[in-house]
Amino acid sequence: MSDNIVGIEYNRVTNTSSTDFPGHSANGDFSWDIEKFKDSFDIQISYITERTANFDLVNIDTSIANAFRRVMIAEVPSVAAEAVYMFMNTSVIQDEVLAHRIGLIPLKVDPDLLNWVDKTLDENERYTEENTVVLSLDVVCTKNSHAPKNSTNPKELYKNAHIYAKDLKFEPQGGQAERFKIKPVAADPDILLAKLRPGQEISLRAHCILGIGSDHAKFSPVATASYRLMPVINITEPIRGDSAKRFQKCFPSGVIGINKNGEAYVKDARKDTVSREVLRHEEFNGKVKLGRKRDHFIFNVESTGAMSPEEIFFKSVRVLKNKAQYLRNCPIGQ
Amino acid sequence: MSKRKFKVEAESDEAFQELFQPEYRGKKLTDEINTADDKWNLLPAFLKVKGLVKQHLDSFNYFVDVDLKKIIGANELVLSDVDPEFYLKYLDIRVGHKSSSTPGTKEVILPPHECRLRDLTYSAPIYVDVEYTRGRKIIMHKDLEIGRMPIMLRSNKCILDGITEKQMAKFDECPLDPGGYFVVNGTEKVILVQEQLSKNRIIVEADEKKNIVQASVTSSTHERKSKTYVITKNDKIYLKHNSIGEDIPIVIVLKAAGITSDLEILQLVCGSDPHYQDLFVVNFEEAAKLEVFTQQQALNYVGKRVKTIRRAGAPKLSQLQEGIEAIATTIIAHITVSDLQFREKALYIATMARRVVMTMYNPKMVDDRDYVGNKRLELAGQLMSLLFEDLFKKFNSDFKANIDKILKKPSRTSEFDALLSINIHSNNITMGLNRAISTGNWSLKRFKMERAGVTHVLSRLSYISALGMMTRISSQFEKSRKVSGPRALQPSQFGMLCTSDTPEGEACGLVKNLALMTHITTDDEEAPIKKLCYVLGCENILGIDSATLHSFGNYGIYLNGTLIGTNRFPSKFVSDFRKLRRTGKISEFVSIYTNSHQNAVHIATDGGRICRPLILVENNRPKITADHLRKLLDGEWAFDDFLIHGLVEYLDVNEENDSLIALYESDMDNAESLFTHLEIEPFTVLGAVAGLIPYPHHNQSPRNTYQCAMGKQAIGAIAYNQFRRIDTLLYFMVYPQQPMVKTKTIELIDYDKLPAGQNATVAVMSYSGYDIEDALVLNKASIDRGFGRCQVVRKNTIQLKRYPNHTKDVVSGMRVDEDGKAIFPHQALGPDGLGEIGARVENGQVYVNKCVPTNAGESVLGHNEQSPSAESHRETPAYYKGPEPSYVDQVMMSVSDNDQALIKVLLRQTRRPELGDKFSSRHGQKGVCGIIVQQEDLPFNDNGISPDIIMNPHGFPSRMTVGKMIELISGKAGVLNGSLEYGTCFGGSKLEDMSKILVEKGFSYSGKDMLYSGITGECLQAYIFFGPIYYQKLKHMVLDKMHARARGPRAVLTRQPTEGRSRDGGLRLGEMERDCVIAYGASQLLLERLMISSDAFEVDICNKCGLMGYNSWCTTCKSSENIIRMTIPYAAKLLFQELLSMNIAPRLKLGDIF
Repeated sequence: MSDNIVGIEYNRVTNTSSTDFPGHSANGDFSWDIEKFKDSFDIQISYITERTANFDLVNIDTSIANAFRRVMIAEVPSVAAEAVYMFMNTSVIQDEVLAHRIGLIPLKVDPDLLNWVDKTLDENERYTEENTVVLSLDVVCTKNSHAPKNSTNPKELYKNAHIYAKDLKFEPQGGQAERFKIKPVAADPDILLAKLRPGQEISLRAHCILGIGSDHAKFSPVATASYRLMPVINITEPIRGDSAKRFQKCFPSGVIGINKNGEAYVKDARKDTVSREVLRHEEFNGKVKLGRKRDHFIFNVESTGAMSPEEIFFKSVRVLKNKAQYLRNCPIGQ
Repeated sequence: MSKRKFKVEAESDEAFQELFQPEYRGKKLTDEINTADDKWNLLPAFLKVKGLVKQHLDSFNYFVDVDLKKIIGANELVLSDVDPEFYLKYLDIRVGHKSSSTPGTKEVILPPHECRLRDLTYSAPIYVDVEYTRGRKIIMHKDLEIGRMPIMLRSNKCILDGITEKQMAKFDECPLDPGGYFVVNGTEKVILVQEQLSKNRIIVEADEKKNIVQASVTSSTHERKSKTYVITKNDKIYLKHNSIGEDIPIVIVLKAAGITSDLEILQLVCGSDPHYQDLFVVNFEEAAKLEVFTQQQALNYVGKRVKTIRRAGAPKLSQLQEGIEAIATTIIAHITVSDLQFREKALYIATMARRVVMTMYNPKMVDDRDYVGNKRLELAGQLMSLLFEDLFKKFNSDFKANIDKILKKPSRTSEFDALLSINIHSNNITMGLNRAISTGNWSLKRFKMERAGVTHVLSRLSYISALGMMTRISSQFEKSRKVSGPRALQPSQFGMLCTSDTPEGEACGLVKNLALMTHITTDDEEAPIKKLCYVLGCENILGIDSATLHSFGNYGIYLNGTLIGTNRFPSKFVSDFRKLRRTGKISEFVSIYTNSHQNAVHIATDGGRICRPLILVENNRPKITADHLRKLLDGEWAFDDFLIHGLVEYLDVNEENDSLIALYESDMDNAESLFTHLEIEPFTVLGAVAGLIPYPHHNQSPRNTYQCAMGKQAIGAIAYNQFRRIDTLLYFMVYPQQPMVKTKTIELIDYDKLPAGQNATVAVMSYSGYDIEDALVLNKASIDRGFGRCQVVRKNTIQLKRYPNHTKDVVSGMRVDEDGKAIFPHQALGPDGLGEIGARVENGQVYVNKCVPTNAGESVLGHNEQSPSAESHRETPAYYKGPEPSYVDQVMMSVSDNDQALIKVLLRQTRRPELGDKFSSRHGQKGVCGIIVQQEDLPFNDNGISPDIIMNPHGFPSRMTVGKMIELISGKAGVLNGSLEYGTCFGGSKLEDMSKILVEKGFSYSGKDMLYSGITGECLQAYIFFGPIYYQKLKHMVLDKMHARARGPRAVLTRQPTEGRSRDGGLRLGEMERDCVIAYGASQLLLERLMISSDAFEVDICNKCGLMGYNSWCTTCKSSENIIRMTIPYAAKLLFQELLSMNIAPRLKLGDIF
């Protein structure tokens, strides 16, 4: 097996790391050459939707791919509620818990429109219209006089019985009304925040600021960003007939095909989940070798809704680039 | 039938209704019903009727409905020593309703939750009907209140009995709360089940080393408790009793009891067995030697040796009378003698002697003290009845003394009405009951009994801890004694007492828990059973001649340990008796069993026996058919119908021993032996707490025991009314989850509705090195998102007192500085001086600004001229102390019993998990958080899932908690499949099926995934066991324990730093540490630690007399010549002075070392 394939064996994984230098292996010329990299590096996009992106990075070193993943989770800035000022909360849910829930709501705010908050400042001066978006929640639960008779559904019986993320209203400060062309709202409108009963009331202001995921998970723009390696299935000995059918069953559907000779062939290794079921069966012992391509990363980026997934990825590249530049500008020994 | 059905509907309990829905947990009515699989439905049906704490409720109900009436029946007359005409007779007694009130009225003081909040006692009035004489007339008086009885929650006198969930909500009560406890002065008190050796039964024991055999019986009646022994001494048999000075030869006792013929004695004790006769004959010689031949001589002999304690004024009795008295009332007191008919008692003593002889001949005939069948459980009702009778007697004697005092007066202006003086003492009963329950000290004058620690505060740490407390059984056995017998797991505990749930350490094996499907009997009437026995062919013992009593094939019939007759066809007798019981003609809790070693049939009707239901089997087929189960599922039948139709019956431990019980239906297929019963469900061997463990049958057994202890410390939901409660300390989990892998027990006890834990995704791997010794690695992002987040609420009570001089405590408003802002300590206060709800209270801030009048101590008369408006107050505020700020959750103002204002402030903290917080899975695997790691650094799988918790794999090999691994696989399959899986004991989802689901969903069958390192991004070289495990957060949190001190308070007496975290104490450099410092040679460090930093004190010492002076002056020598100033520990100076005070003069001789 070629040496950029991770070996998947029954009870261990072999050949997991690359050699000392990124992009190097024992044989061949691997000196860094940007042209060569440009030539070999490849991005294939499977699909991009509003919330998820699935794309492949091929011929790139693990460290770089992992850096993108880490940056997307922890260092791409996004906006979330940081300080919640309670004016009134007579609901059953405690102030801290409600504040925590509001903090975790992904907000559809363009992070580029905000500046960073200076945490060294006094709390009264910290939040300005340049760095803070204010959301307000003012709800009072009342009895619904038009409720259908014999109804037991609280949503019908009362008004504002359930408080959702969509009830958070943007309050433009200063020139924010013009700056924010798209009004900042919760990315998912139907996140339940609290349940009220007649007479209960919530009134609060939430100050939303820029932050990064390593400070608190609420600032992470992704639900998850991760990759997996491209599976490789190598059928070393032909498998035919009933055995081929059983072989096919060891993989998710669509991975293994059977040609008209009744022989199993690899139809689409990408669909494999590497359950290693095939290695369990004595029958296929020595007939198949499983592996994964070490430099073929199938990325999956799920946005929380604040930004589009491609934007998150581009930002992660920018963050990484800035870091590299910072390093380069550092005088040696500093 | 229809009446019963109506009852089921009336008791409609929403939670249980679900169990009877047409489609219950994926099973439709039309689905095939398999008796082997579906018989478990009897269990929810059982729990619906019985509930989890039915033993407490039944016992209390029996006490208020039956026992109270018996007590007043036994003490019904109050007579006067002065006026022979006078009498007062109690006719009836009721708790909670008047005679005139409509049936079903429940009169209680206030709803239980209000009592909890206002520190009151949840009680109901005790009404009696009396008849007494006033002058010539006889007067009836109904509904006289003599006191208030604390009411057990959910008992039939409680307003919560039989109401719907909606009504419960109106009372602020949790429908899942089991009840069975009392609310006394606002605290919830449980009377734990007490385990005792059974009363009124013969227990034979042998000490083979000392060659002693003894049969003992503890007689217990309403009047007295005494213990009688029949004991061997030098192979001769004697009777021993505490109130008789010396041991009396058995033959003399029997003669005194009216069996004068030696032949008859021999026949009664030994029958015709020559071996027994040989062993017994020496006793006749003993009696002959003492020249006791007739009954009169024997009675004189006994009477001479009786220790008499006569009350003053009682007539002196002759020896003969003393003897009669002793035989009639003192010895074996539970058998009553009327008209000097000693025959029954004589037979009882003969039986005891026979048991001793049998054991002398064959030492294997001893009884086992630890056998559960020889134990009785004493419940709240019995203890309350003992207490009440004592108080009632006191009440009556006080009443009598009172009326005597009045009746003695020669001339009265008006006619005497006894009722006027009865009310004076009405507080005694109320106070007595309250005090006993709230302190737990049961002191009974009659039995000279002092028992402490009977009641406990109900632990409300979590739902499970409260439930666990209600099923707990404490043993009377001393904890200090080193005997293994009582602590060992008895085979007879099977199905009755939980095999796993016992604490570790000193109480191990002594504190037990009831299994899931048990019932504890209450007393049943003995007389009808006795009559029935005679009907069924039992020959009355009084009509049997002594020769045939022990003849071959003749079985004695014992009712509650007393021989009542014989029968030659015991098996027919027993089966007839059982037939009657199964048809409901006699109580289902009466047990009957044969003991072939003793040639005896025992019938038990007494209370306190543990029993459990089993399915009856006929011809190796269970009597329950699919048809019956369908009726149950339809809701047409309740559990009691199964009893009435003779399909299910209760067996106590003794009768269980007489049966052959099949575990599974399949065990009976092609079996040679005839089974009599079938288990309902094998997992009922475990109790409620052990029932939480998934796959416990795959775990090493101590692990299950550890989990039982830890499950009670888990933070979770407590009750539906948890946010309405104001308890001293409560813990809530913010986002509790029901476990992915449930058990049937979890559903039955509603743990899924009030869970305590979260399903964490666990990776079993080594990570970072901060996971050694069971430490866990937590994911920071998970914590950010709410994993393990909990709240701690603490109650602070402030009472505003009134003082005799008409001054009272007040709450004054906050103080403000010049800007009109509240000063720092008053920032949390509102204008009313109470903490504002939602306000943050920091260390050193005030939450109630209480003020005490400066002249509170002054007398009422002293300064009358001062106007009350000039009253001045001094602030004595309640300060908040703690490393972390709290928030004011609730403030309650009320008035307690004694009309003093009561303020309760509830302070809340929300805590996220931090380093050192304790977590545990459900398999006795606890660990503290060792490190919190950023999400991007954690390993992730193909789907991008990173673990919430990383657990070190070294936790597995030595602990052998295979159940935890199976839980992970079942949980993972459940997550992928969108279903909740079961890990029920001896059953549950099969591992094979779970693996199949994993493979179908594209995972490895083993549950092991390929993971990528979050740090390098490369694949890990091993497959990692990865999936959800239910984790509990335990109450031990670092925030409550962290402590350090540089400077701080010192004790007054020794001037050394105080001890303990609560007093901000110092950290002790102990003896062993001192040894290390000495060994190292760091003497200056030693000096610093032990003196300079502790209690250094400058003293002036006179080098002439060696005693201490002061101000450079020796008071002993009257000079300042030889004074030397030096530093010694204050404790040393104190010691010298204390020695001086004892006339010992410690003199110091000082010299220079350098």
